Amino acid sequence: MQTYSFSNIKSVARWIVPSMLALAVLPGCQPPPQQTTNAGNAPATPTAQGTPTTGGASTEGNQAPTTGDIPIGEYNGLTGETAGFGKTTHNGIVLAVEEINAAGGINGRKLKLFTLDDESKPEKVPPVVTKLITQNDVVAVLGEVASSRTIAAAPVVDRYGVPMISPSSTNTAVTVTPNGNIRDYVFRVCYIDPFQGEAMAKFLHDTKGLKRVAIFRNIKEDYSKGLADAFMKTFTEKGGTITTDKSYSTGDRDFRAQLTAIKASNPQAVFVPGYYSEVGLIARQAKEIGLNAPLAGGDGWDDPSIANLPAIQGSYITNHYSMDSKDPRSANFVAAYKKRFGQAPNALSALGYDATKLLADAMKRAKSLNGGDLRDAIAETKNFPGVTGDITINDQHNAVKPAVVLQYQNGKQVLVDTIQPAASS
Amino acid sequence: MKSAAAHTIHTMISWLLKAVWIAGTILVLLALQPLLQSGAIIDPYWFRILLLMGINVTLAVSLNLINGFCGQFSIAHAGFMAVGAYTSSYFTLHALYTPVRNLSFAQQATWMIGALLVGAVTAGIAGFIVGIPSLRLRGDYLAIATLGFGEIIRVAILNIEEVGGASGLSDIPPLSSFFWIWLIALMTIALSRNLLVSSHGRAVLAVREDEIAAEALGVPTTKYKVIVFAFSSALAGMAGVLAAHLDLSIYPSSFTFLRSIEIIVMVILGGLGSTTGAVLGAALVTLLPEGLRYVPAFTVRGYVVEMQAWRMVIYSLLLIVLMLTRPRGLLGGMEWSWHGLSRIGGRWFRGRPSDRNLPPEEQGEGDLL
Repeated sequence: MQTYSFSNIKSVARWIVPSMLALAVLPGCQPPPQQTTNAGNAPATPTAQGTPTTGGASTEGNQAPTTGDIPIGEYNGLTGETAGFGKTTHNGIVLAVEEINAAGGINGRKLKLFTLDDESKPEKVPPVVTKLITQNDVVAVLGEVASSRTIAAAPVVDRYGVPMISPSSTNTAVTVTPNGNIRDYVFRVCYIDPFQGEAMAKFLHDTKGLKRVAIFRNIKEDYSKGLADAFMKTFTEKGGTITTDKSYSTGDRDFRAQLTAIKASNPQAVFVPGYYSEVGLIARQAKEIGLNAPLAGGDGWDDPSIANLPAIQGSYITNHYSMDSKDPRSANFVAAYKKRFGQAPNALSALGYDATKLLADAMKRAKSLNGGDLRDAIAETKNFPGVTGDITINDQHNAVKPAVVLQYQNGKQVLVDTIQPAASS
Repeated sequence: MKSAAAHTIHTMISWLLKAVWIAGTILVLLALQPLLQSGAIIDPYWFRILLLMGINVTLAVSLNLINGFCGQFSIAHAGFMAVGAYTSSYFTLHALYTPVRNLSFAQQATWMIGALLVGAVTAGIAGFIVGIPSLRLRGDYLAIATLGFGEIIRVAILNIEEVGGASGLSDIPPLSSFFWIWLIALMTIALSRNLLVSSHGRAVLAVREDEIAAEALGVPTTKYKVIVFAFSSALAGMAGVLAAHLDLSIYPSSFTFLRSIEIIVMVILGGLGSTTGAVLGAALVTLLPEGLRYVPAFTVRGYVVEMQAWRMVIYSLLLIVLMLTRPRGLLGGMEWSWHGLSRIGGRWFRGRPSDRNLPPEEQGEGDLL
C-alpha cells in the first residue's frame, strides 16, 4: 500500500518557499513615521481628554487642516431601495452648502462637499464612511435617513473621531447604545420617536381639550410602541383617560374586531401610531363600523398614497416640518429650494438643510475644526434657528425642537398647531 | 516490515509538512494584520474593501460547493449567513460583558473561535433542516424552494423580538479582523479543494454530472447533496459571523434574496464549478462598484453626469459584457494550479509545455490556461 510519494513534499515545498520569503521580507518593511493624527490607529478613547497644545485646539479626535476649503462628507442611499429619501436629503444639503459658501463660508473658508452613495445597503456604509474620512479627509459627516445605516456608521466615526450629524434617523439607538452609553460623535437634528407621542398627547389634551382617548398600536414595530407608550404616559399624567389599548400586527388586513372594541369604549379620539400601509385600511374600516372619533398618528402616516382617502380627512398627525409654516425662515427655504431644484421640498430636504446649517454654525463657534472641538461645539448648540424649528442639542445628542401637528383637509396636510418641547427635556 | 516503516515515515513527514504549511499561513496572516491595519501599505478604505472581499470569497467559494460542484441551484445563501450572523452576535452580546479592548489577544481569539463555532453549527443545522425537504427537488423547483427558505429565515428573524426585530442588533463586540476573515477565506478555499480531490468529492461531482447514473453506481445522492448543503451553509454562517463582528450592527434587510443573488453573480461570473473562479468573481464583484467611484463626473451637452448614480449602471453593463464574451464565466471549469503556471512559464521560457512527461493524473484536465 505505498500510496505516498515525495511529490507531496515537493508540492508543499512550493508553498513553503514563497511563504518563508514573504515572512523574511515582511519585518524588513518599516511603517512610516507616526503621523500627528490618530486616525487609523487605536480607537479614540472617549475618556482620555487631549491636552490643548496649539491655540487651545483639542488634540482629541480627528485633526483637521487649518487652511483651505473645509471638506465635509455626506453619504446617502442615492441608488437602491430608498433612493427617493436619499435624493431629497441630498438636495437639501446641496442647497445649504451653496448658501453657506455664497455668504462667505466658514470664517472665510468655503465648504467642500463630498457625496458618496451607499446603495441603501447597511453593509456598504462602513467602507463608504471610511473612504470619506481617510481619503477625502472630511472634518464632519452628514449621516443617513435610515436609522440602520446611521448606526452602521457610528463605530467608524467614533473610531476616527469625526463628528456625524444625522438629519432624520429617529430610532433611539442612533445616539445612545442599547446599554445606555452615549455615542460620542453621533448627533441628530430630528427628534426621537417617543417625542411625537408626547406632542400628540399635549395637542389632544391641551389644545383640543379631549379627556378620553383610545390607543391602537402595532405591536410589531418599535416605532409604534415608542409613540404609544410616550403618548399614554403624557396623556395620563395630564389627567386624561386611556379608554382601551388594542393592538395589531404589520400585514393585518382586518381590524374590525379591535375597532369594535375601541368603539365600545367610547373614546373622543383614537391614537394610531402606525405606518401608512395599515392606517388607510384602519381608517376605512373604522368609518364602516361607525367609529367616527377622529384618528391621530405620527410621521409614519406621511405618504401621498393615503392623503386623498375620504376616511382619513379630519385626522391629525405629528410631523417634523410643514411647508405652510408661517415662519419666514421656512418660507425662504421653500422658495429657494423650488428655485434651485424645480420642485417643492419635503421634510427630509428640510432636515438635510438644517443638519448642514447647524454643522456650519457649530464650525463657526468651534475652537478648531478638530474632531473633539467640533463635537463639543455641536453638543453645545442652543436654540439654533432651523427651518424645522429652533433646535437645541441635549445631553443625549438628540435635537430638542418643536413638532408640528397637521390635519388632513381635502387631501392636504394643513398646519393646525406647533407643540414646543418641555423645557426640561 | 520495511515498507510499513517507510509508510509511517512518509505519513509523519506529510503531516508535519501540513502542520508547517498551516502554521506558515497563520504566521503570514498574523504578520500582515498590523502591517495592513497601520495604513502604511494600504489605505484604510481599501483595507476595509479587502476585508469585505475576504467575506465575499468565503461566501462565493462555499456557494460554489452547492451550485458549482454539486449542481444544485440554491438561492438561500444569505439566509444561512443571517443565521450565523444573528446567533453568534446574540451569543457574544450576551456572553461577553467585558469591552473587547480590555481583552488580551488570546481571549479575543477564544471569543472569536467561539462565535465562529456557534455561527457555523447553527447555520449548518439550519442548512441540514432546509436541505432535507428541498433537495428532493431539482433545477428551477429547487431554486424556488431555497429562495422561499431563505426568505423564511429572514422574516422569522424580523419577527423575533429577542434579536431586535426590524431594528436589528447593534454594538456587537468588534472581534473580527483581517486575520480571522482571511484565515476563514483560505480555510474555505482549502476545504473546497480538498473535498474535490477526495472520493467524496468525486461522488459529489457524479451527482452533478448525472444523478440517475450516480444513483445506479451506488452513490447515495440525497445523502451527498444534504451533506454538501449543510457544509456550505456552515461556511456561509461563518462568513455571517465575520461580517457581523466587523460591521458591528446587523439588520434583517441586509440578508434579502438580493444578497443571495449577489453571491450567485460572483460564482457565475467567475465560472460555475471553479474555486479559483469563485475567488476571482468575489474579488471582481467587491472591487468593481468601489473602483467605479473613481470615475469622475463629466458634462454632456450641459448635463452633468453624476457618476455616483450611474456607476451601478456601468457595473451592470460590465457584467453583461463579461457574460456575453465569456458565457461560462471567467474561468468556467478551470482551476488555478502550479502545473498550469509552470506550463505557461514553460511556454514562455522554452516555448513548449513543461509537464508533457508527467503522468496523466498529474496533468489535470481543466488547469488554468
